[in-house]
Amino acid sequence: MIVTVRLFAALRELRGCEELRCPIEPGATPQSLFVGLFGDGPLARLPVAYAVNAAYARGDQALRDGDEVAFLPPLGGG
Amino acid sequence: MFVLQDGPLDYGALRAAVLHPGAGCVLLFEGVTRDTFEGRRVLRLEYEAYGPMAEAELAAIGAEVQAELPGVRVAMAHRVGLVPVSEPSVLIAVSAPHRVEGYEASRRCIERLKARVPIWKREVYADGASWKENSPSSRGPDGR
Repeated sequence: MIVTVRLFAALRELRGCEELRCPIEPGATPQSLFVGLFGDGPLARLPVAYAVNAAYARGDQALRDGDEVAFLPPLGGG
Repeated sequence: MFVLQDGPLDYGALRAAVLHPGAGCVLLFEGVTRDTFEGRRVLRLEYEAYGPMAEAELAAIGAEVQAELPGVRVAMAHRVGLVPVSEPSVLIAVSAPHRVEGYEASRRCIERLKARVPIWKREVYADGASWKENSPSSRGPDGR
């Protein structure tokens, strides 16, 4: 299974790209994916929200093949 | 009308989107970029968005507010990319039968936008840059 990960703001800068393609194991969640990608880095404690397929999602939602997952750092719009 | 735009925002288009013969008032909320943050001079601001989700959230907020306040019509536009100081980063146009609902609708729209619409702001100073987050009171996908 493969998901697309969208990165924004500080996460995008840290990783140096806007998008990743990530193989996932069955049972993977947005939260487990975030920990896998950023858990050892300087933004591990960033209070992100999660989106799956461009809608807010819970961190413990089961991911499916082809999903688009986004990690949303604290917002600054307005 | 619920859009992100890379370039100056057009109040006329938003006003036209909400004006109708039953309206008794039209309100414009204009969020503009400030030139200082905690004493540091801001040279420019850059907005970044998760485009499809941001436009969907703007439309969802508009639909909610219109359902909550009968007779109200809402249109919103948020700028992305480079925004010079003192230019609008967001415009919210509201029409309503009466002013009380109009002011209330405008306030609900900006509060929910700040809490839910996936947009980020980077302030660039003479000596660095930082991602600026909205205050905790407006944080969280369920913030209303």
